[in-house]
Amino acid sequence: MSEVKALSGKAIAVMGDDIDTDRIIPARYLRCVTFDGLGEHAFADDRIQSNGEHPFDNPDRQGASILVTNNNFGCGSSREHAPQALSKWGIKAVIGQSFAEIFFGNCVAIGVPCVIASPEEVKQLQALIDENPQTEITVDLSNMEVTSENFSIPVQMNEGSRQMFLNGTWDNCGQLVNNAESVKVTATKLPYVNWQTA
Amino acid sequence: MSKGTLFDKVWDLHTVGTLPSGQTQLFIGLHLIHEVTSPQAFAMLRERNLKVLFADRTVATVDHIVPTENQARPFADALAEEMMQALEKNTQDYGIRFYNVGSGNQGIVHVIAPEQGLTQPGMTIACGDSHTSTHGAFGAIAFGIGTSQVRDVLASQTLALAKLKVRKIEINGELPHGVFAKDVILHIIRQLGVKGGVGYAYEFAGTTFEAMNMEERMTVCNMSIEGGARCGYINPDETTFNYLKDRDFAPQGEAWDKAVSWWSSIHSDTDAEYDDVVKFDAADIEPTVTWGITPGQGLGISETVPVAENLAESDRAIAQEAYKYMQLTPGQPIKGTKIDVCFIGSCTNGRISDLREAAKVAQGHHVASGVKAFVVPGSERVKQAAEAEGLNKIFEQAGFEWREPGCSMCLAMNPDKLEGDQMSASSSNRNFKGRQGSSTGRTLLMSPAMVVAAAVKGQVSDVRELF
Repeated sequence: MSEVKALSGKAIAVMGDDIDTDRIIPARYLRCVTFDGLGEHAFADDRIQSNGEHPFDNPDRQGASILVTNNNFGCGSSREHAPQALSKWGIKAVIGQSFAEIFFGNCVAIGVPCVIASPEEVKQLQALIDENPQTEITVDLSNMEVTSENFSIPVQMNEGSRQMFLNGTWDNCGQLVNNAESVKVTATKLPYVNWQTA
Repeated sequence: MSKGTLFDKVWDLHTVGTLPSGQTQLFIGLHLIHEVTSPQAFAMLRERNLKVLFADRTVATVDHIVPTENQARPFADALAEEMMQALEKNTQDYGIRFYNVGSGNQGIVHVIAPEQGLTQPGMTIACGDSHTSTHGAFGAIAFGIGTSQVRDVLASQTLALAKLKVRKIEINGELPHGVFAKDVILHIIRQLGVKGGVGYAYEFAGTTFEAMNMEERMTVCNMSIEGGARCGYINPDETTFNYLKDRDFAPQGEAWDKAVSWWSSIHSDTDAEYDDVVKFDAADIEPTVTWGITPGQGLGISETVPVAENLAESDRAIAQEAYKYMQLTPGQPIKGTKIDVCFIGSCTNGRISDLREAAKVAQGHHVASGVKAFVVPGSERVKQAAEAEGLNKIFEQAGFEWREPGCSMCLAMNPDKLEGDQMSASSSNRNFKGRQGSSTGRTLLMSPAMVVAAAVKGQVSDVRELF
C-alpha cells in the first residue's frame, strides 16, 4: 500500500454547506455490485439542476484532482459510493472547512485525505482557483499545508489519520486481521458472546 | 474526557488494543449487512483471499432495493436483481444467516435486528448504513460504516476507530398531546444543528426518554446521525429488558438473569462525567415539521418559515438554498403547505407502534383527492402483526395503499419515487435534495401521525386538530 505524503493537481471548488452524500451520488446509482463507473455520476442531480453550470461539467475543471468544499461536507448516508464516485472522477484529496465523520473515515479507507482549513482561508483558496483554473495546488501532509505558487495556508487533520497516510497504512485491514488471536481473546471476555450467537 | 458513561464502559470492554495510528481496534458484537453496501466488501475479501472470522456474528437481510408491490423474482429491475443474487451467493458462500424476502423475517435491517432480539444492551453494533445508530436505543454502541469497513468487520470482526466524546442530552417532562418521539429528535436536531454532533456520541437521558417505549427510543436514536452524531444511545432499563424477554435471540433461563445483571451494570454511573451536557424541556416541543433541505431546518407546526436575516449567519446560505429548492417563501406558515405524496414507513417510523398511531388518526377519515398515500411496514413481522390487528384495513379504507416491507421511498432505490417537484409528507429521516427519487422532489419530515393529518387534509396540518 502506498504512502500518501503530498498530492498535487488542478483544483475544483464545489460551494455550499451540508452537501450530503445523496447529492454526491444519488441513491439510484447505488444499484450496482462494484464501484466501477460511479465517477460519471458524481453530483448527478446537482448537475442536472444546474444545466451544465456545475463545476464538474466545467471544461476548465476537467482533470482536476483537488476538491475544495465548505462545511459538513459528506453528511448523511454512510455510502462509501460517495468518496468512490469522487475518486473515480479523479479527486485525490479534499480540502474543506469541516467534514462529516463517516465520510471522512470512508475517505481514509480508500486513501483520499481530507484536510481542514479555516473559513477565511478556504475562501481565499476558492478565489485563487476561480481566477486561475490551471493553477496547480499541493496538499502537503508532511508539513500540513496547502500550497500553490505564492500561496500557502495551514491545514489540519487528526494525527492518527495523518500518520496512516504518511506511513502508507491507511488501508489497515491487514493490521486488523493480523491481530485475530487478540480479537478472539477479547470476544471470550464478552458475556453475550457466550449466550448469544446469531 | 467522558468517564463512567455507558459509552466508556462498552468501549473499554470491546477494546482489543491500540493500533500504531493511535486508533482503537474495537470488537464488533453484531454486524448487520444488506444488499447495497456489502457486495464490494465481499469482492475485496475474495481479492485478498480473506475469510470471515466470525460468520455467526453477521446477519444479512435485503431492504433497500426490494419492490413494495410486485416482489416476484427475478425483480423487474435487472440491477436490483443482480444485487439480490450477489447477497444470496455471498451469504451462502460464507455461511452467513440471511433473512430473504418471504422468510417471514425480512425487513429493514434496523427493524429486524431489534424485533428478533439480536440487538442487546452493551453490544457494539456496526452496519454499512448510517441509521445503525437506531440500535443505541437498547444501550448498545451502534454506528454506520462504509464498505471498506464492512470488509474489515467481515475479515477481523473489528474496526479501527478513534473514541468519540459523549454529550448528554437531557429532556424531562411529559410530552404534550400529539407530540411524538419523532418531534423530539427533530427538535433536538433543530436546536443543536446538523453538524452539532460531529465527534460525539449522544446519550439521551431524562424522564421523557425513560417514559418512552423501545420503538419510540429507536426513533430518537435513529436520527442521531442527522444531528451529526455517529451514534446515540439510551441507558437500558426495565422497559428494555421487558422488550427483549423471550425474543428469538434473547438469552433464556439462567442466562437471562445473568444478562439482566450485566446489562444493568453497564448503565452510565450516577456520577459519570460527560464532555458536554445540554437540557431541553418536553413541554416546549410542538409537533415538528422540516421546511428545508436538511433535517435541522425544522419548525413547530404553528411557526412560519424563517426569514434568513433572523437566522444565525452560518445558517443563512443554506436557508436561501432551501427557499429556492422547496419553493417556499420566508415568513409563510408551514401549516397549509400543499402535499402531493404521503409516505409512512422507514427505519425511523416503520414499526408496529408507528402504524398504530398512524391508524388511530386515519380511522374515520379519508385521504384528500389528488394525494397519493402509502404505508410500507418496516418488516414482514410488522406487516403480519399489523394485519392481525386489522390496521391494513383501516389504512385501506382511509385511502392509503398497503405495501410489502422495505426501505421504499425513504431513499427511493426501488420503484417508489417522487415525480418532478412533488411535495412529500414523509415519516422518514432525510429531506435532502433529490432524496426521494426525483432531482426536484421535495420532502417534509414529520411524525407518522402528522403524515396522516397531511394526507387527510391534502396539506401540512396540525394532527391535534384531527384526534
